Amino acid sequence: MQRRYVSIWFPHLITDWFSNRQPYLRDLPFVICAPSHGRMMITAANQAVMKNGITRGMVLADARAILPSLEVLDDKPGLPDKLLLRIAEWCIRFTPGAAADPPDGLLLDVTGCSHLWGGDHRYVEEIGRKLRERGYSIRIAIADTIGAAWAVARFGNSSPVVKTAQHVEALLDLPPEALRLEEPTVERLHKLGLDRISKFIHIPRATLRRRFGNHFLMRLDTACGHETEVLHFVQPIVPYYERLPCLEPIATATGIAIALERLLNALCARLQQDQKGLRTAVFSGYRSDGKVEKLQIETNSPTYSVKHLFRLFENKLPSIEPALGIELFVLEAPKVEDHFPVQEKLWETSGNLDDIRLAELIDRLSVKLGPQTIHRYLPDEHYWPERSYKPAGSLQELTTATWKDDGQRPLQLLPVPERIEVTAPIPDYPPMLFRFHDKVHKVIRADGPERIEQEWWLQQGQHRDYYRVEDEAGNRYWLFRSGHYSDKAHQWFIHGFFP
Amino acid sequence: MKKAAIISELQREILLLQGFKPANSLVVDKGLGPLKAAFPNASFPLGAVHEFISTDAESMAATSGFMSGLLSILMGKDGILIWISTSRKLFPPALRSFGLFPDRIIFIDAQREKDVIWAMDEALKCGVLTAVVGEIKEIDFTVSRRLQLAVEQSKVTGFILRHNPRALNTTACVSRWRIRPIPSEAIDDLPGIGLPQWKVELLRIRNGQPGIWSIKWMDGKFVSGREWSERSLENTGSAIQKKAG
Repeated sequence: MQRRYVSIWFPHLITDWFSNRQPYLRDLPFVICAPSHGRMMITAANQAVMKNGITRGMVLADARAILPSLEVLDDKPGLPDKLLLRIAEWCIRFTPGAAADPPDGLLLDVTGCSHLWGGDHRYVEEIGRKLRERGYSIRIAIADTIGAAWAVARFGNSSPVVKTAQHVEALLDLPPEALRLEEPTVERLHKLGLDRISKFIHIPRATLRRRFGNHFLMRLDTACGHETEVLHFVQPIVPYYERLPCLEPIATATGIAIALERLLNALCARLQQDQKGLRTAVFSGYRSDGKVEKLQIETNSPTYSVKHLFRLFENKLPSIEPALGIELFVLEAPKVEDHFPVQEKLWETSGNLDDIRLAELIDRLSVKLGPQTIHRYLPDEHYWPERSYKPAGSLQELTTATWKDDGQRPLQLLPVPERIEVTAPIPDYPPMLFRFHDKVHKVIRADGPERIEQEWWLQQGQHRDYYRVEDEAGNRYWLFRSGHYSDKAHQWFIHGFFP
Repeated sequence: MKKAAIISELQREILLLQGFKPANSLVVDKGLGPLKAAFPNASFPLGAVHEFISTDAESMAATSGFMSGLLSILMGKDGILIWISTSRKLFPPALRSFGLFPDRIIFIDAQREKDVIWAMDEALKCGVLTAVVGEIKEIDFTVSRRLQLAVEQSKVTGFILRHNPRALNTTACVSRWRIRPIPSEAIDDLPGIGLPQWKVELLRIRNGQPGIWSIKWMDGKFVSGREWSERSLENTGSAIQKKAG
């Protein structure tokens, strides 16, 4: 498809913004100033001032001499970028691909958009009208290349619409500034008498490169469409995106649920066709008062099942506040993965960790309880009990380490070992008595010690001597002594319970 | 003799009508050892919710040990288990010595008891799982009935572990167990601690025969342990039997 671009130029972006906010300024001559090198420099001037020959870059004192009635306002640093970004976001109503073009323009990728407004002329007029209504003076052009649209918007005298494949002709009459060149290059071109693009466009490339450098040729090529230019859109375009505008604002829970179901049906049909499954989905509702309500869900495995996704959203739907009503629903899938349909089994057996039903269950649990509550563990090669297992990243993950089944570890482990008092008269023998929670336990049988050293490369500290002990009632405990028996500072702890 | 055969045949039919089907794999019942006789049809009721009571940390460990043994028999090599709790002290690596593969268990650490019940309800409806364990302290009849209904659809087996409940109220669970550790037997007169050994009390079982056993866990099976005849045990035992009778 032939690409089409729109360039919008705001000759008085900043002053227009100020006069929109303070309408009394509209007819007054005023300038925006910022201090620079100890004097006040003009950074923007409105139309009334420009007529008197005052331009940006002049010193304020000089301008006052020309026009004593001049109003002066303080500059706001970073304002143009912020304004352009906001206007570019607003322009998404005309095309999904809108980009800011600092310092004072916008670029829109409108490929395949203008026919929705009934042709290029009407499209451009509509954009111009809407922006002028908002109080901005603009110049606009549409062409096949970014460079040509930019040039015609700023320097063109005739129609703002450059017809398909006529962008080079449109450029011929324009001055070299229209090519977005650097200041010295433009000056040199004028000095050489090359004050129209038509005068140098046919000069051999080798000559042009030698005199004006590669940048000049690059600009010429992009304007003529020999090279493509890339725009950085203000909102990245999500390939899987569905929208549902509503005739009347929707404010009921049932209405929202219906909207969600329709969007899911449309999106999942597309995903299924492309053999993709979504991992993340964002459902947003644009409220009539300008706020946006958002819900996000994540899945553990790619899926395009409408029923499953609807259930995931269902739990969160009550958190949407429709206020006066939602005008537009949007469902997007920022993260998709390949998802090939699996053959349905003749009969289903239980016990497969990559079973889709398990993944769906985990999704439901994680949506309600939060993903941090769900754990699966894998063995880890450490003797230190707290480090002998690690959380797994996914349901399918496996390691080469194996679980030990020697029965040396307690089934219930205290999260933090608790201090106990013991009677242990013989060094390196298990204690005879110990007191835990104000109850004295007499040790009848015991195993140990099992010495577990600290892994010095992970943590400093005392080693532990573990004992498995059984008291006279048959309760089995896991005790340890932190440090050597001979150390005065050694301490006894209980760490777990054996079954 | 003939009459007895007819009666037992009729009993089996009634059980079938009530939804108690014999377990489809004999492996499950083989590992149960002396406990087997207590169950209806002499097979462990799958697709039902079982309730376990523990009172202190020691009996909690014993209960989870007994339960792990039971679960490992149910799960075999490729079952999946979900373990839901609010304050989990279970040490996953130790489960391996009870025949469970800890990496086939998904742990859910919910914030509130209410969430545990909700998660358990959801999980019990999922037919992929073999069993679901929920550590729930208080459960009323309605909730237990809901869990029982979920289980009847999906044939998942549910285990409720009640630690220190306020009252032993009536529930719709198919059985109620209480497990306490008892002194272990020395292996071949060697010093040190022997195999894990418990006093297993089956306080209630629907259509079955409650009882008290001394059980130890050996080579992946439940085996009858040494007769543990302490006076205190006998006293509590007779009291329970009176209640059950």
